[in-house]
Amino acid sequence: MKSLAARRHDRRAPIVLLALALVLTGALYAVLAAPSRADAAPVTTQADAQAGEKLFQANCATCHGMGAVGTSVAPSLVGVGAAAVDFQVGTGRMPLTMSGPQAQVKPVQFTPDQISQLAAYVAGLGPGPEIPTADMVDPSKGDPATGMAIFRTNCAMCHNAVGAGGSLTQGKFAPNLWQTTPTHLYEAMLTGPQSMPVFNDANITPQEKRDVIAFISQQGGTQPGGLDLGSLGPVSEGLWAWVVGLGLLIGAAVWIGAKSS
Amino acid sequence: MSQVDNYQGPTGNLPDGHGRAPERFENPGLPAHKPRLGDVDPKVDKRRQRIVLALFGVSTLGTIGFLVAYFALPTGRDVATIHRSNLWLGLGLAASLLGIGLAAIQWAKSIMNNEEKVEERHPMASRPEVREAAVRNLAEGAKDSGISRRGLLKSAVVGSLALFPLTIAVPLIGEIGGDWNVGKLKHTMWKKGLRLTIDPSGRPIKASDVTIGSVFHVIPDGLDKTPDPLEEKAKAVVLVVRLDPQVVKSEQIPGASYQGIFAFSKICTHVGCPVALYEQQTHHLLCPCHQSTFDVADGARVIFGPAKRPLPQLPITVDDQGYLVAQSDFTQPVGPSFWERLR
Amino acid sequence: MTTTTPPATPTGKAAAATADWLDQRTGIGVAVKGLARKLFPEHWSFMLGEIALYSFITLLLSGVFLTMFFVPSADEVTYNGPWSALQGTSMSAAFASTLKLSFEVRGGLLMRQVHHWAALIFLAAIVTHMMRVFFTGAFRKPREINWVIGFVLLTLGLAAGFSGYSLPDDVLSGNGLRITDGLIRGIPIIGTYMSYFVFGGEFPGTALIPRLFTVHVLLVPGAILALVGLHLALVFLHKHTQFPGSGRTNNNVVGYPLFPVYTAKAGGFFFIVFGVIALMGAAMQINPVWNYGPYDPAPVSAGAQPDWYMLFLEGSLRLTPGQLEVVLGNFTVPLNVLIPGLVIPLLLLGPLAVYPFLEAYATGDKREHHLLDRPRNAPFRTAFGISILSAFFVLVLGGSNDLLATHFHLSLNDITWTLRFAFFLVPPIVFAVTRRVCLALQRKDRELVLHGHESGRIVRFASGEYVEVHTPLDEDERWIRVQHEPIRPVQIAPGEDSRGVRRKGYKSDLRRQRVSRLFFETRVEPVTPAEYAAAQEHLAVTAGHGDGAREQIGAGTGPERISHS
Repeated sequence: MKSLAARRHDRRAPIVLLALALVLTGALYAVLAAPSRADAAPVTTQADAQAGEKLFQANCATCHGMGAVGTSVAPSLVGVGAAAVDFQVGTGRMPLTMSGPQAQVKPVQFTPDQISQLAAYVAGLGPGPEIPTADMVDPSKGDPATGMAIFRTNCAMCHNAVGAGGSLTQGKFAPNLWQTTPTHLYEAMLTGPQSMPVFNDANITPQEKRDVIAFISQQGGTQPGGLDLGSLGPVSEGLWAWVVGLGLLIGAAVWIGAKSS
Repeated sequence: MSQVDNYQGPTGNLPDGHGRAPERFENPGLPAHKPRLGDVDPKVDKRRQRIVLALFGVSTLGTIGFLVAYFALPTGRDVATIHRSNLWLGLGLAASLLGIGLAAIQWAKSIMNNEEKVEERHPMASRPEVREAAVRNLAEGAKDSGISRRGLLKSAVVGSLALFPLTIAVPLIGEIGGDWNVGKLKHTMWKKGLRLTIDPSGRPIKASDVTIGSVFHVIPDGLDKTPDPLEEKAKAVVLVVRLDPQVVKSEQIPGASYQGIFAFSKICTHVGCPVALYEQQTHHLLCPCHQSTFDVADGARVIFGPAKRPLPQLPITVDDQGYLVAQSDFTQPVGPSFWERLR
Repeated sequence: MTTTTPPATPTGKAAAATADWLDQRTGIGVAVKGLARKLFPEHWSFMLGEIALYSFITLLLSGVFLTMFFVPSADEVTYNGPWSALQGTSMSAAFASTLKLSFEVRGGLLMRQVHHWAALIFLAAIVTHMMRVFFTGAFRKPREINWVIGFVLLTLGLAAGFSGYSLPDDVLSGNGLRITDGLIRGIPIIGTYMSYFVFGGEFPGTALIPRLFTVHVLLVPGAILALVGLHLALVFLHKHTQFPGSGRTNNNVVGYPLFPVYTAKAGGFFFIVFGVIALMGAAMQINPVWNYGPYDPAPVSAGAQPDWYMLFLEGSLRLTPGQLEVVLGNFTVPLNVLIPGLVIPLLLLGPLAVYPFLEAYATGDKREHHLLDRPRNAPFRTAFGISILSAFFVLVLGGSNDLLATHFHLSLNDITWTLRFAFFLVPPIVFAVTRRVCLALQRKDRELVLHGHESGRIVRFASGEYVEVHTPLDEDERWIRVQHEPIRPVQIAPGEDSRGVRRKGYKSDLRRQRVSRLFFETRVEPVTPAEYAAAQEHLAVTAGHGDGAREQIGAGTGPERISHS
């Protein structure tokens, strides 16, 4: 007990505790977040929305304006729905820290509770897409083959055939999807963040969206043929053929041609 | 030799008194052979022999490993087993091959005689008397054949030899291009009243479903039932977007859109890749193959890249049930340019 | 050979009997006598062509395996194999059989990956081999024909690669075919007919896969095999070139015999090439067609590029601006496709194909050359080659611009604009810089020959003067640096004789002189014995000031020599 008390006086203690708390929250979030939030989504209270409004005014109103009606630098958020907030804030894209071709994924700035409060506030401004339930994004319930066909026609031109990412114009890019959570994938399709088009439920049905998620969840892991070389296609294969293949073979030729001592 | 402006050679620096030195250095001749350690020390020689033996052993082990992997590691319906089989078969094969290769080279380098030998070269041209004999032989042969005296015979030989390949070429060229009906390139299966449906599910699209910011990849209704679905699809694929009337700068064909819903051919006017990459904020369409960029809000005009012409617009409207339908076929050929596309 | 005693062992007897049997029927003894102890010089760069040959043999072996399982047909089937993301998808029999041989045939995936890696290495080895031949001047008389054969082999290699790449009928290669179709259609007058000729009707059709299969497994490999035979026969006939060095002359070959040294080295190298490719096939995934899906004209994926050897074409298509398309009367001429697709490859590859004849024209040299040049001693050639390579490199970067954009956080459009300018600016700059570097290296050689190595030892003379001691080069070191002949621009007879009458052929002589000056006007000549003697004298005079340095000079007597009569 004494030692514990002594350590409490250590000046590093708050940092250690904070780190522990963060790790714990992170772990809990990873384990519980999706189902609990999904269940919570329909039952957000008036109190949540009020807390969200406070958060919004403190963190977002500078750009998006009071009442989220938009300014010259940022769009109106009336009618974008809870899904857009959960995606933009939940992936760390918002709040924006610097201007650039597009918002980047960053460490998330808010707790899951705060995100759902913000989402509740924005959802209250006007009707918009809602956060999907855990069931709607469950990869095990989707059909990867249908998902691949949908993905190939609608997504692969930007995100690459297996979601490894690709380039857009003027420095913008379509990100890699392998680390994106199923919920965020769903929300991205539904809300069309930034350059990405909207894929509403008439275009890609909720069932088909789950199929796409099932397909993406299979990507980025072990490959049948060995190392995936970034899954970038022939350019990276060519580079490796020169570096590894020809490199080793020229090395062998030098060895063969060298005089033995 | 005349002294030229850029000349940086040495003649100018030559001291006057050295006119008699030879023009070129002499080749000093082959240096003496240095024996290897293994040539003089039998112990080293023994050790090198053992290395070669060990490498051949590695090869045999590799082959055995390959066979074991073949029989013991079946491929199932999951990635892990396919990966495992490929990896171990490959490693076995590599060991089997590299063992032999390294052993042979180690043998050549460390055991075989490594004294360099010298061999003379001879000029490529045959000796003059051989050449003369060859010319004489040819002249005799030509005389024997009598071809120089009979001009008609010469033309007959040349003529028949030149003509006979036609027996192969004519049917080949006649049949190889299918029906040779290149006019098909100018038309697609779109026609008045044909519904726009979602690729690949084939669901028809209500005008109200096309919200601002969304993009639909579209095929004609009944594509699967046509005799050549791939050829039709290669020409008929279309991309549908709805634009806020405020952002529309110009229209390619007045009256071809329906309430801000525009349909453009998805086939690039450069070399025909599917132009599928739609940036909804800027209304730009980008081709991932060669990065031609089209501004959908400006009649699909080219704003960057190697394409010249805008993407052809498909005139659309709605039927009485509110589904999007074509007004007609495209008003110009889709896809890459060709010589007679305007004829 | 001192003794010809008959072999006593049973195997020896059997071998002798077989040899006798064969010789009585073929007279093969002549060939064996001539070839068994034929000498080949040793250098690692002489093995680059072998890498190409052995990866080609690897291609043949793995390719035969693949043909047993591949179905070259566009017939539609529904997939029901182990790959869950494609189950129930309709696809061509070609694509389905590719999946089957990858996932259900044990060792099939390995052979497919070996085949594809071998193809990439085959072309990479051809290119590096050609670079070696080019930069050392190994294409000079009498080897011009073999250079041209090698060039044809390069184009056949490209054809083999392209036809094979398209066989699995996946989305990625299908879009490559579509681009090819767009290119063919752009050809004036006959373009659309050429497209029908290739595809058997409208794109994509069902004829192409079987046609490509025949091209890929019969026509192109047959032609490659025949030309490789000719290529190697000419190598044997000409005897291999060698690098300059003590005892190596234009009239001899210094090296090791074919049997046993090169039988072991070359044979062993085949197994190493195959083994390294097998290692790559085991550990590195290549062309995962199951990720791209079966061909369908509607989709395309980011990173839509061909294999590396076609990337320069992709780059030139990407970089050329669209404004070049013109309409003449009623006819469309898509120069935005024809220039990058046909003209630029011809402009870059054409000069390479005819370079041996170009250089022979400029030198006016009719002699045989069996001693290689050190690249620095041929500044124009080296600079020319590097500048063409730099143009290819710019195009390859252009073909990868989307990946450059994502991986280096750049704007795609900025990269394209930069490379558009770079294509015109980089090659001349590279030419000038390379030529300067070559001349500087030659000057360094002169400096070394005349003054020796810097020893780092400072000597103080009695007079108080400090001098660094230079160690003279030994004979072998010096010979490498002085052995080459200086090539000077051709001299021509004056245009008018003493009576002022213009002579015939003066104009063409003048043209040749202009070309020759372009090649050889700027040059550094090797040290002559006279210059060397003068430098030695100068050194001796300075060394005469004190005693410290004297010992160092004249210490460079070479080792024992073998006469090379």
